[in-house]
Amino acid sequence: MTGSQDRFTLYQMVNNYASPNQDPARLDRIFSALADPSRRAMLARLEAEESLSVSDLARPLPIKLPAVMKHLDVLAGAGLIRRDKSGRTVSVRLAAQPMEEAMGWLSRYERFWSDRLDRLTAVAEEMEAAR
Amino acid sequence: MSDTSLTIVRRMRASPDTVFAALIRPELIARWWGPDDGPVLLSEADARVGGAFRVRFRMLDDSEHESVGTYLEVAAPTRLAMTWRWIGRPDPESLLEFDLRPIAGGTELTLTHSRLPDAGERDGHRLGWSGALDKLERLIAARSTAGEGTDHAA
Repeated sequence: MTGSQDRFTLYQMVNNYASPNQDPARLDRIFSALADPSRRAMLARLEAEESLSVSDLARPLPIKLPAVMKHLDVLAGAGLIRRDKSGRTVSVRLAAQPMEEAMGWLSRYERFWSDRLDRLTAVAEEMEAAR
Repeated sequence: MSDTSLTIVRRMRASPDTVFAALIRPELIARWWGPDDGPVLLSEADARVGGAFRVRFRMLDDSEHESVGTYLEVAAPTRLAMTWRWIGRPDPESLLEFDLRPIAGGTELTLTHSRLPDAGERDGHRLGWSGALDKLERLIAARSTAGEGTDHAA
């Protein structure tokens, strides 16, 4: 893949996180949320774990807890994470939306290819009969 | 679960050679690609590794749709693999694979449509987060220098 192809695909990937009724500013929020190394480090850790408490997430980072909380606000604002409070613990996880997007993608294409393959079958069988 | 993918199997009363021809010859692609009875307006298929695929059709509701791709593997009459995406839609570029197997009286065709995992990515269950962050960083750098990171497709 060329570099520009790579970047294009990635842009498409991020773009895909925005649901269709989202305002264009949503994508900008995602980009600015990702523009910070601490925030990217958090996402990378959440990628590997189902969910983490805020203090677990903060532990390896060279920043103080209030700063961590601010970063989490930015990530949540961009729709990239979810925070759930149970008692005094706040757990953080990657947002489920990417998975939901994936399911939507699957069902759209299932219909699409099913129809295409029906027609392909008809064409191939016609050709065969005419041989 | 690896990256998102969809598999459909079809059996048809036609030889693998015939089915393969229907998959790669532009005049034949034009006969099955449209989703309804609207016309296929353009059908280009240069079925060689690195060759381009482009199909445009109009549906009965007058909307037009175009998809493009690049052939990655062309092994008649058993296997065809290509990249694929819609022009003008936010779907990511994806991977299409057609595997053909001779069976009694015809061919069994297996279509697999999957997202292209990001280069260097092995754990795609989160749809491309892992390994993508470095590239995002470069993309963001590109956006801030070029003003806009929305490269168009090659």
